[in-house]
Amino acid sequence: MLRASIRFALLLLCIAGWSVSALSVAVDRPLEDPAQEARARAIHKQLRCLVCQNQSIEDSNAALARDLRVLVRDRILAGDTDQAAIRYIVERYGDWVLLKPPVKAGTIFLWAGPAVILMLAIVLIALWYRRRGGPAGRTVEPLSLDEQNRLKDLLGDGDRS
Amino acid sequence: MSNPIAEQGSRRHWLRLVPLVIALVIGGFLFAGLNLRPKEIPSVLIGKAVPDFELPPLPGRPRGLTTADLKGEVSLVNVFASWCVSCRAEHPLFMKLQASGVVPVHGLNYKDEGSAAMGWLRRHGDPYDRVGADLKGRVGIDWGVYGVPETFLVSAEGRIVCKHIGPIMQRDLDDKLLPFIKALREGGTPQC
Repeated sequence: MLRASIRFALLLLCIAGWSVSALSVAVDRPLEDPAQEARARAIHKQLRCLVCQNQSIEDSNAALARDLRVLVRDRILAGDTDQAAIRYIVERYGDWVLLKPPVKAGTIFLWAGPAVILMLAIVLIALWYRRRGGPAGRTVEPLSLDEQNRLKDLLGDGDRS
Repeated sequence: MSNPIAEQGSRRHWLRLVPLVIALVIGGFLFAGLNLRPKEIPSVLIGKAVPDFELPPLPGRPRGLTTADLKGEVSLVNVFASWCVSCRAEHPLFMKLQASGVVPVHGLNYKDEGSAAMGWLRRHGDPYDRVGADLKGRVGIDWGVYGVPETFLVSAEGRIVCKHIGPIMQRDLDDKLLPFIKALREGGTPQC
């Protein structure tokens, strides 16, 4: 029920924002050769739908997603390797269509970010432990006699035992 | 000897600021995100030659659209369709452009039925110089089209200079497209 209403909301958004083709010309039919179809489906799962964003074109019902599925199948039938078929789409829509972005100068923070933040967290925690004289910290000077007496007073030693 | 508790407190003082700093950093990113438009996917075709294509005219309309037609003068290529609601919003602007003769506007009729497209042009006016009928949407994909309307500014050398996603408003024309067209004609290389 909730799923259906979310879908309906997404559909409305698609219609409201700016229109997406209503006319279906391309037919979304699997390839006859199961090996080729499996390759096509694997590529479909890697490509991001441009209309209902963050779905793969495999999952999306958008007309453009269907056109792109057909296009990928056509490329494979034309003898493209998987890489070439993906490149064909990327040349038109950019790295944006790749659900897994490539490692590049522009995306290095994306890839290295989590590792950098994790390292930073480890360093900060280590520093914190050292400063508060935790397990890894320096040994603590024993209390002087004065201090021991004062501590006993504060804890109310007499009352307790 | 100084008070050990106070001393430890001052040492840890900067650590207390860590959550605040983290909140500020995250807040900064979120604030910047308010002004982003994730629905607008930047085109990779900016600065490149227009794709090789050849599209037939709409039925009953003389001129189709090919790559060669986009060389020789600065032009706009407007992706439109009769089923596209927001195309109606920008249409009067193209009618005005055509009347003023500032720049030729070509149409790329995207995944439309010829008769429906012709009816639409009869009803709302036909501002286009040439119109190519892209029945299957394959040429649209070559142009990186992912919704309608989209409008491309093409240089006299047949290079894509700009892509506008969504309906064009007077403001887009005044602030972006018209100054760019002027700059292109003066031999400049404006960047989108």
